[in-house]
Amino acid sequence: MSLILSLTLNGRPRTDLVPDNLLLIEYVRDVAGLPGTKRGCDGGECGACTVLIDGEPRHACLTLAARCDGQHVETIEGIGSPGRLSPLQRAFHEKLGTQCGFCTPGMIMAAEALLRRTPSPDEAQIRAALAGNLCRCTGYIKIIESVQAAAENAS
Amino acid sequence: MTGQREPAVGRRLPLIDGIEKVSGRAIYTADLPAHALVGRILRSPYSHAELLGVETDAARALPGVIAVITGADCDKTFGVLPITMDEYPLARERLRYRGEPVAAVAAVDEETAERALALIQLKVRELPAYYSAAAARAPDAVRLHDKRAGNVLREVHDEFGDTAAGFACADLVREARFRYAEVAHGQIEPHAALAEYDAERERLTLHSVTQVPYYVHLMLAHCLDIEESRIRVVKPFIGGGFGARVEPLNFEIIAALLARAARGTVRLNLSREETFLTHRGRPETGIHLKLGMTRDGRLTAAACDTVQRGGAYSSYGIVTILYGGALLHGIYDIPAVKYDGCRVFTNTPPCGAMRGHGSVDARHAFESLLDTMAAELGLDPFAVRRANLLTTPTKTANGIVVNSYGLPECLDRVQNASGWRQRKGRLPPGRGLGMACSHYVSGAASPIHRTGEPHAVVELRLDFDGGITILSGAADIGQGSSTVLVQTVAEIVGVDLGRLRVISADSAVTPKDNGSYSSRVTFMVGNAAIDAAEKLRDLLLAAAARRLASRADLIERVGERFRVSGAEGPGLTFREVAAAALAEGGSITVKGTFTVPIEYQGGKHRGGAVGATMAFSYAAQVVEVEIDPDTGMVRVEKVWVAHDCGRAINPLAVEGQVQGSVWMGMAQALGEETRYEDGLPLHASLLGYPIPTIVESPPIEVHIVECLDPNGPFGAKEASEGSLAGFLPAVTNAVADAIGLRMTELPITPDRILEALARKRRERRIAAARETVA
Repeated sequence: MSLILSLTLNGRPRTDLVPDNLLLIEYVRDVAGLPGTKRGCDGGECGACTVLIDGEPRHACLTLAARCDGQHVETIEGIGSPGRLSPLQRAFHEKLGTQCGFCTPGMIMAAEALLRRTPSPDEAQIRAALAGNLCRCTGYIKIIESVQAAAENAS
Repeated sequence: MTGQREPAVGRRLPLIDGIEKVSGRAIYTADLPAHALVGRILRSPYSHAELLGVETDAARALPGVIAVITGADCDKTFGVLPITMDEYPLARERLRYRGEPVAAVAAVDEETAERALALIQLKVRELPAYYSAAAARAPDAVRLHDKRAGNVLREVHDEFGDTAAGFACADLVREARFRYAEVAHGQIEPHAALAEYDAERERLTLHSVTQVPYYVHLMLAHCLDIEESRIRVVKPFIGGGFGARVEPLNFEIIAALLARAARGTVRLNLSREETFLTHRGRPETGIHLKLGMTRDGRLTAAACDTVQRGGAYSSYGIVTILYGGALLHGIYDIPAVKYDGCRVFTNTPPCGAMRGHGSVDARHAFESLLDTMAAELGLDPFAVRRANLLTTPTKTANGIVVNSYGLPECLDRVQNASGWRQRKGRLPPGRGLGMACSHYVSGAASPIHRTGEPHAVVELRLDFDGGITILSGAADIGQGSSTVLVQTVAEIVGVDLGRLRVISADSAVTPKDNGSYSSRVTFMVGNAAIDAAEKLRDLLLAAAARRLASRADLIERVGERFRVSGAEGPGLTFREVAAAALAEGGSITVKGTFTVPIEYQGGKHRGGAVGATMAFSYAAQVVEVEIDPDTGMVRVEKVWVAHDCGRAINPLAVEGQVQGSVWMGMAQALGEETRYEDGLPLHASLLGYPIPTIVESPPIEVHIVECLDPNGPFGAKEASEGSLAGFLPAVTNAVADAIGLRMTELPITPDRILEALARKRRERRIAAARETVA
């Protein structure tokens, strides 16, 4: 069965006819055409698909698109102002918080949620906020440094 | 006058493709836009069986199914090593592991493809299956491959020097058995391929997640039986590799076969479970090691016996089992080394190459026993390593030339940084310090295909826009190889980084490259890039000299400007010089190459090509642990690592590589292992396979040691693999320091620590009881 879904995606309202069993990751990638949100596992294991729903980090692969009706969904493409990296994106780039880059969108979205809530997090808070996001390249050290640098630059 | 340019080499430059990655604009294989059919693979539910028939009529009849293929559609075997091509893309006649591809479907959507798979029937006769090397080697075991007696892929028996004499003259001889679980790469991007078949022109384009586009290209041509010129292989952004993708993989060929059968475009995105099933990880390994040592810590002999459970197909197996012996050499001065290796076929997914290929488990065994013996002789772990250092330049007993050797400085750096002298033996209960060394090749010196071609080719193109395009087949998989190329060319040609762009790994455009494996890219492709850049620089100098009515050797560079040495005036801008050079004949393309000289391609003995390299990287590390005796949990507090990568072309990237490498060693040491129940994987998800999270990942302090290698580009060597192996023994040596347990079975999960603690307590009670009785 299909239903009408109205939500705000990266600040823009939109309405689509979608199957009721469509996952948010499929909606974002295939319907809205935003491939920055990645699928790294078979469901809820890796955090690569992390998006923000009303500011909260959520697995897009475990969320039905239909339940986002009326909500604000943000993906990596909507972070920062157009054509300009956000402080977190810049820090991940400059501090090498990204290597292969596949976990990076989800990692940045989870960190974004943290910094909005806690603008100057300590290391334990960073670790706790990113605990659901796996990275296989960095050993996480430069990811922590990236989040710290972004927090410092924004303050 | 513009000032001096900042040197490009040695700069902490962020990745040149980092902006795409952080902004979500990086396009990976699964992100490629295409109106594609959906591909799905039917996998064997049997561990070992004769395949008597595959019934596909019902699947073919399902509306929306465009193509169904089986083993009947391809009778060619493939494999990365020309001498062991023993896999069919889709099984024929025999099923050898649970999860082996048997049939594949292309359909209009996912649901239809799934329904079609469910309609395919397999007719089989089950055979006995073997999940351990010992079971597969039993005398009455059925052969997995008819030609492989005893289910042995390869036995290796090498002896360099006289080990019997070495052990005879030792003051202390000790031996120990070790066991290592099989581990997997766990790159976060699942496998994916997009195959486009142009049926009218009979041309194929494949985008895939590969580290080795060239080898994939060769195997596509072979399995599809079409000429290489009709195929184009493109590598988009790649979400990590670590060795999982250093060989042509079944799903890549299946995608191409499906696209041809469907006369169209097929997208094949594998699930995480299928990505684990495709495997090619580090094999389960048993090692029996014996070392001889004099009272002052000098090694007199080493004998190592290794058995690897290789899985159902050969893959890189011969190389892996040879590496295990070859890399006993090249790090310490050992008068005599004996190696016996055996690679066995089993009914489990095929093992292959994984970061630190072949060296990791053997290095753990070696550095553990070395530590045990040092303790027995009352020697400090650093002292015993220093007692066995190489004197370089040297040629190892197995024929590998070592010109640069930063291990002594690595030892000094981590000993000082960790406060070893002040802290070792003085930590609170449950805490401990351990250390170990490791090394790795900077590129396998001998190519897999002996075509006579150079080992690396790089082209540079300069055109009217004043931009320089670097064309390279090297596969950047996140390690930053394209960034290194930009720094290299900018340094030599003497231009701003903004003039450069890289196009990499598209067979229609870029020169052939063997790919990203054996840490070869910086060393080999870097050298080829230097060669190309020097040619372009010389062309520009000649053009400048003509315009300035001078001689090329009198032209000096100030920033991007060219002027006659000592002359007044602004000289010429880069654009003016480029225009002068182009006036001769239009756009300029130069080519640089690199070939490993034959004297570096290894010893003359059988298998001597494996392990041969032009330069080793070296690493030493200290690990501090805390162990909770109630839970058996090992917590890594901190790691200090020093890595000799020769010249650090990009110190930021080197740090990232070394941290990732040490961390991956930690993952293997502390928890990761694949597990099978009757051949059924129990680990095939990112919850079942315990990749460490950010919460349990320690600080890793990196010290870069720059012991320049005379053959490396700017003196550079590899930075991405050499420090992995050292973590495993350093952590178990730290455990021994903390609680007196010598862990010989990895990973050291809480279960194993608790078991060992209980065993130790029991032994103590028994000893105490005996004393009371006496």
